[in-house]
Amino acid sequence: MPIQYYIYLSLTLFSIGIIGVLTRRNAIIVFMCIELMLNSVNLLLVAFSKMHLAFATANDKLATTVGTDGQLFVFFIMVVAAAEVSVGLAIIVMLYRNTHSVDINFLNRLKN
Amino acid sequence: MNTTEILFFFLSALAIFSAIMVLISKNPIHSVLWLVAVFFAISGHYILLNAQFLAIVNMIVYAGAIMVLFLFVVMLMNLNAETEPQKNLWMKLAGVISGGCLLMVLVSLVRQATDLHAKKAMTSTGDIGLIKNLGKLLFSDYVVPFEITSVLFLSAMIGAIVIGKKE
Amino acid sequence: MSKLVYLIPLFPLLGFLINGLGRKQLSKSLIGIVGSGAVLASFVVSVLVFLDVKSNGASVVTLFPFIDVKGLVIPFAFQVDQLSSLFLLIITGIGFLIHLYSTAYMHEEENQHYGRYFAYLNLFVFSMLLLILGSNYVIMFIGWEGVGLCSYLLIGYWFKNNDYNYAAKKAFIMNRIGDLGFLLAVFWLIFKLGTATYTDVFSAASLAKLSAFDITAITTLLFIGAMGKSAQIPLYTWLPDAMAGPTPVSALIHAATMVTAGIYMIARSNILYTMAPGTQTLVAIVGLATAIFAATIALKQNDIKKVLAYSTVSQLGYMFLGLGVGAYTGAVFHVMTHAFFKALLFLGAGSVIHAMHHEQDIRKMGGLKKHLPITHITFLLACLAIAGIPPFSGFFSKDEILMAAYGKNPLYYYVGLGGALMTAFYMFRLYTLTFLGGFRGTHEQEHHLHESPAAMTIPLIVLAFLSVVGGLIGIPELFAKDAHSLEHFLAPIFAGSAAIAEAHHVEASQEWILLGVSTVLIIAVIVYAINSFKKYQADGAENSGVAKLLENKWYVDELYNAVIVNPLHLLAGFFKNIIEKNLIDGAVNGVGRLVGYGSRQLRLIQSGQVGNYLIIMVLAIVVFILIWFNDLTIVYYLTRLFKMA
Repeated sequence: MPIQYYIYLSLTLFSIGIIGVLTRRNAIIVFMCIELMLNSVNLLLVAFSKMHLAFATANDKLATTVGTDGQLFVFFIMVVAAAEVSVGLAIIVMLYRNTHSVDINFLNRLKN
Repeated sequence: MNTTEILFFFLSALAIFSAIMVLISKNPIHSVLWLVAVFFAISGHYILLNAQFLAIVNMIVYAGAIMVLFLFVVMLMNLNAETEPQKNLWMKLAGVISGGCLLMVLVSLVRQATDLHAKKAMTSTGDIGLIKNLGKLLFSDYVVPFEITSVLFLSAMIGAIVIGKKE
Repeated sequence: MSKLVYLIPLFPLLGFLINGLGRKQLSKSLIGIVGSGAVLASFVVSVLVFLDVKSNGASVVTLFPFIDVKGLVIPFAFQVDQLSSLFLLIITGIGFLIHLYSTAYMHEEENQHYGRYFAYLNLFVFSMLLLILGSNYVIMFIGWEGVGLCSYLLIGYWFKNNDYNYAAKKAFIMNRIGDLGFLLAVFWLIFKLGTATYTDVFSAASLAKLSAFDITAITTLLFIGAMGKSAQIPLYTWLPDAMAGPTPVSALIHAATMVTAGIYMIARSNILYTMAPGTQTLVAIVGLATAIFAATIALKQNDIKKVLAYSTVSQLGYMFLGLGVGAYTGAVFHVMTHAFFKALLFLGAGSVIHAMHHEQDIRKMGGLKKHLPITHITFLLACLAIAGIPPFSGFFSKDEILMAAYGKNPLYYYVGLGGALMTAFYMFRLYTLTFLGGFRGTHEQEHHLHESPAAMTIPLIVLAFLSVVGGLIGIPELFAKDAHSLEHFLAPIFAGSAAIAEAHHVEASQEWILLGVSTVLIIAVIVYAINSFKKYQADGAENSGVAKLLENKWYVDELYNAVIVNPLHLLAGFFKNIIEKNLIDGAVNGVGRLVGYGSRQLRLIQSGQVGNYLIIMVLAIVVFILIWFNDLTIVYYLTRLFKMA
């Protein structure tokens, strides 16, 4: 598949994620949109790893491991995302406990 | 149009549609479920790209563990369409326009990069996504980051407990 | 000798600086010595320069470049020629006498005000000398403004009296109106010719470059400047009010020197005026109208200085008449003789006022003949001179102007003669009321009457001598061939005009008749005036009809107030209360309020809401991407994108 398709797909998903962050007030949804953005990046990384593999094997039949790094990177991103979600959700739960709301508009402590 | 292409477009359409549904659903539970659908679609893409390990991990970790965690929290808080806070229309419009601008600029950037146009991503073939090859690399070159990941998880766990604990 | 000409204005300048800066430290006698000595030194140098010019002819002394830019060079240079050296003599000579007189007249002033007075007076002499000596219109303008300033300062010398301040302001503003005309004329000249230097402007090549319209416009504008400075209709009303200043100031500035600056300037530019017959006619008519108009007002004035002031305006009118009919020499001649006898009259008036303890109303004087013998004699001589009795100086100069006027248009002569008769009448009315008859003041004033000190009488005597014999340098051809030495002396200055102007010669027989008739008429008027006022007693009756009109100066001041001053005040009030308050203040405050309002609105951006920050962040990313990939391709693809959609 042409790499551009993947790029457009990723960009679209990423932008939808951004729009979600900008338009929603529910902290959990915002968090989910961040996950969506992470996933779009993951997809792009995988696509690029396969692109590089295709490019490398076209020149050298033996270069069969080119691009593995990219997929491992995705793996690590997933790991980090899992850790982030656990902490993030804990924070949201705490927020809910304090304000009985998940509205990020209550998070305006930066102002004062 | 071969099978791969059909599958690609179907999965892409599914992913984008589901992502949009995540945004426009009033009920947070529906949002979570639509996000699961997005993740499944992305896993499908991984399979198309012959990245089997990541496809499985994505399904298990994201669609499984993480999204269940989300669902769990949403239900714990008893969130539904009625309690959903809404931004006012203008703020929503501003957000959509900003995001649209970003998308437009990024797309034009990609179109500008002419050297990308001829490149293709290998689908169905290529073994680097197999668990064997990844595992070899993970436990040789990337063994130190891998171990550090465990520490990260540990600290995340402790952090979650500390934050979630009642005073 | 011409090289030393820079000393002439330098001495008064030094005197100004010493007296001005040291007015609190120096003693009165020292101030007097410095002030008078500076002018005396200038006078000595002026005499030397005059003799040098007389034998060696004119020259231009360049001191330093004043304005030197591409296309316009204005040097700080002095024009030393017949005309300027003659004026130098008049100004420094009479200036010295008046300084000397002032040391006694102003002796009652406080020390620092005494110093201030002499500083101003010296500054005036400096400015006047600059005006006379400048070799181009720009330097002349500097002096022109300088004398205007000094006039303002000296009229308002007793600044605690608000009326005097008002008079000073009036003089200054009226002068400014004229100055604007002068300035425009200079700009016009520079614009057309690229130079303001006399020798360049008056050269045939430059004059050929000027169209008839240019010359008419320039001369008219210059004449407007002269109107202001030399108090001609319609800008004459400041001069009578200027009598608010100390009497020696009136003598020096408002009779002998400054007010003749306009005549000097036109005489200097004579060639331009000769080339503009239209303007010449205008000058003649304005001059004649002023002469007759001011004379009518003088008939009914009761303030000794006001009579003299209107007399000055009237005599200045004669000078302009002379300029207008092409009798430049006559005009300059009259400037000189007028400087003698009018300075004498003012100083005599000052002496009277001094003796009367600042009483200026002639109705309350009378019979001063026996108390002030020297003042009386000199005053009488001056009156005879101004009335034009032969062989006093005024006769010759006035006769020259009137004869030239007759040559141009007999009507000018008859009107002018009417003015001369009025002059004789009001001068002898003044003389009779002041010196003849019985004393009409209070008993206490009579007791204190005394002749003035020597410092005041010596200038009177010198000026009286000059008033009597001053006319002898300009004896008309009628009496003796080639006896008009002034005309010969000034001939180089007016040579250009003489070449162009058509000569009007009056037949000798006719001239004899005119002279005889006018002299007889004047003597008759004098006798009538003396007879009718010798037995004058204040009856307290109100004047009526024409007399009242004249006493109130034809209500010109009231007219100006109603037509110009009050509307201007209204306009100024409108600007102050409406435009200033709403528009200017509104704009300034509005900018302030806008900034404040904008800041308050801008502050709201910092809402503390993460969502808002994120939107801004995203937009910033968009902008940064656009900046980083700042080439047209991205725009191209953006447009493609829209076309695709």
